[in-house]
Amino acid sequence: MKSVWKIGLLLAAGITLGAAQASAAKDSLTMGMVLEPPHLDPTAGAAAAIDEVVYANIFEGLTRINQNGEVLPALAKSWDISDDGLTYTFHLVEGAKFHDGSPFEAEDVVFSLKRAMAEDSVNAQKQLFSAIDTVEAKDPKTVVVSLKQPAGNLLFNLGWGDAVMVEAASADGNKQTPIGTGPFKFDRWLSGDRVELSANPDYWGEPAALKSVTFKFIPDPAAAAAAMLSGDVDAFANFPAPELVPQFESDPRFAVVVGSTEGETILSTNNTAAPFDNLQVRQAMAHALDRQSIIDGLFGYGKPIGTHFAPHHPAYVDLVERYPYDPEKAKALLAEAGYPDGFEATLKLPPPPYARRGGEIIAAQLADVGIKVELIPVEWAQWLDQVFRNTDYDLTIVSHTEPMDIGIYGRDTYYFNYDKPEFKALVADLNATTDQDKRYALLRQMQEMITEDAVNGYLFQLAKLGIWDKNLEGLWHNSPVQANDLTGVHWKQ
Amino acid sequence: MSVFLAKRGLALLVTLLVASIIVFLVMEVLPGDPALIILGTGAQDDTLAALRQQLGLDQPLFTRYLDWVGGLFTGQWGDSYTYGKPVMTLIGERVLVSLPLASMAIVLSTVIALPMGVAAAARHGRASDTAIMGFVQLGVAVPNFWFAMLLILLFAVNLGWVPAGGFAGWEEGAGPALASLLLPAIALALPQAAILARVTRSSVLEVMKEDYVRTARAKGLTRSQALWRHGVRNALIPVVTIMGLQFSFLLAGTIIIENVFYLPGLGRLMFQAIAQRDLVVVKDLVILLAAAVILVNFLVDLSYALLDPRLRLGGDGH
Repeated sequence: MKSVWKIGLLLAAGITLGAAQASAAKDSLTMGMVLEPPHLDPTAGAAAAIDEVVYANIFEGLTRINQNGEVLPALAKSWDISDDGLTYTFHLVEGAKFHDGSPFEAEDVVFSLKRAMAEDSVNAQKQLFSAIDTVEAKDPKTVVVSLKQPAGNLLFNLGWGDAVMVEAASADGNKQTPIGTGPFKFDRWLSGDRVELSANPDYWGEPAALKSVTFKFIPDPAAAAAAMLSGDVDAFANFPAPELVPQFESDPRFAVVVGSTEGETILSTNNTAAPFDNLQVRQAMAHALDRQSIIDGLFGYGKPIGTHFAPHHPAYVDLVERYPYDPEKAKALLAEAGYPDGFEATLKLPPPPYARRGGEIIAAQLADVGIKVELIPVEWAQWLDQVFRNTDYDLTIVSHTEPMDIGIYGRDTYYFNYDKPEFKALVADLNATTDQDKRYALLRQMQEMITEDAVNGYLFQLAKLGIWDKNLEGLWHNSPVQANDLTGVHWKQ
Repeated sequence: MSVFLAKRGLALLVTLLVASIIVFLVMEVLPGDPALIILGTGAQDDTLAALRQQLGLDQPLFTRYLDWVGGLFTGQWGDSYTYGKPVMTLIGERVLVSLPLASMAIVLSTVIALPMGVAAAARHGRASDTAIMGFVQLGVAVPNFWFAMLLILLFAVNLGWVPAGGFAGWEEGAGPALASLLLPAIALALPQAAILARVTRSSVLEVMKEDYVRTARAKGLTRSQALWRHGVRNALIPVVTIMGLQFSFLLAGTIIIENVFYLPGLGRLMFQAIAQRDLVVVKDLVILLAAAVILVNFLVDLSYALLDPRLRLGGDGH
């Protein structure tokens, strides 16, 4: 209801104004974001908003991930891997400096990695480093990382925001005044309003085209639209109001770019709660879901998936047609499983629209085959506590946004309660495999296994909806990691 | 008067103590683990335990309560879990937005409401009374967040006179800062003004029926002389009471309005802190706001004494 009046209003007000022309000399950018980061230290928190400000801009890692999800060299210009896959020797770039002027050297790598791996570490992704045994500085520009077992994804892991390089002297202050090695340095943070960065004149690599960048935090979707229309912000890399997009598409001032994310949006299912412990029941549910109408109900953005894997990845297997939409078949399977009249269940919905709105559509689809679902809205804190930690739920809808996270199905305790030794064996194999073709084969097997077991209802890959001034170039279209990498962004001349 | 003050002071302290226990316990029973919220779904158990220890969440309940209340008195308000900053600094920054905003809204609503209410009462039953009351009805009915969007669309998006939201910061000068606060203050003030105008009107009408007004008229004062000299002053007591009550609504209103205009004020801080289970910030803020509401009610009580000498002599107002 709330969105209906917003649409009406914005359409009414959307009569184009005198087009604001970007002057040729423009070298500043104001980027809108929905959530404000709690702090600016990517090594001490999971909030995506932290990386969206600092990743690749303020902080850099040994490697980096580009917008296609590929691993590129960053502070490590190259590396050698021993034949047994257990020793990685990283060669560091020349001339890199932290923003406080001290040089970036091998000791900083040792410090950063040991800090993340330490017993009292508060790194949200500590498991990224679980394969690492020791880290040693061979000389100021060479670091040797020894592993306990081969880790095929080490270079990718080191490209995460949680693995960026920090300096011993300034690490504790990074939450408020982040000091990294990146092309932008932190200027100031007006808490609650904006973070300001400026170009780092001493950057070791290709300097950024932008001279100054402001991240402005706008929590309300309608306010976000108003801020774009009034020109207060130049870009929203993740625009929060898909229902308002048609207005921007028809406005010549803006470019609307729909890209992909790593967010597999799924109907998570508690595999140990009756009747979901019954494979036929889960398969019946899979047949009851009409993905396209769910996507359409969410304004048409998103790509259907049949498994827990990003469709743009080369190892993706298209399993959408394994359980085609077929309510009759769903009913038959339910009857076979002993539920000819269906059953009742609860569906807990966290705040994002894909869950709240999607939940209503899914409830209607499940009702068609006799499954009566009670919708329970929860906020994130409750969701984490009840659903994620205590697995006190039947069904929930959530987007799993971490890249390459199919391994979560092999964890000993994870909220799906999918406890399958065969899958765990595949994960162990994958971790120990460095050969790309073999890794891809294993990843395909994993996808097929969870789809066959219909662990969860696989819905769609969350789209990244970007809106920005059409004269702005170089923003990421896709987000393989949650970041706003501004190193290549510039205004059209 | 001093007995009155001492009694009020004591009541203030007891109320705050009760409020502190309630807010502490509520935040305890609320589902949600701050460490899990900060570290997210990828965190390992040992990392979560390390963070809980760092935040002092592994201490017993009673110890944490005493530490917190003790800290309130000694100025140790603790550090925010999420921002990693002293809560006092955080609140200090945000007050500089919320206080001017609330003050502007109160001044605006009073300036709009009092003349309208008195005018409507003076022209009771005539067309202008109906027109004013119609406007008031509209003001009460329109939700302030919706009115806020209308203001943004007209003045920011179409006319471009003021920014669509955000706060320039006081260091940019008073002009830009006040410009950022103007629309939010109007959006906050309108519903308040509507209520206040209605109360003023009925209060003045009520007073004008009193014996002393009839006496004043009998002594030869014109209707408007009687209205201004006796009616308005006496009618102010219920109006001031409502203004005191509205202050708490205003605080609640800033939570919504600060989100619509993305202003970095206390309301938005509260909203973010609750969502992120930043327990220290929520607890300190609630106590601060409770204290502010109690203090305003105290001032309202005092103002009765100023407005009506009878209450002054009686000691405690009512």
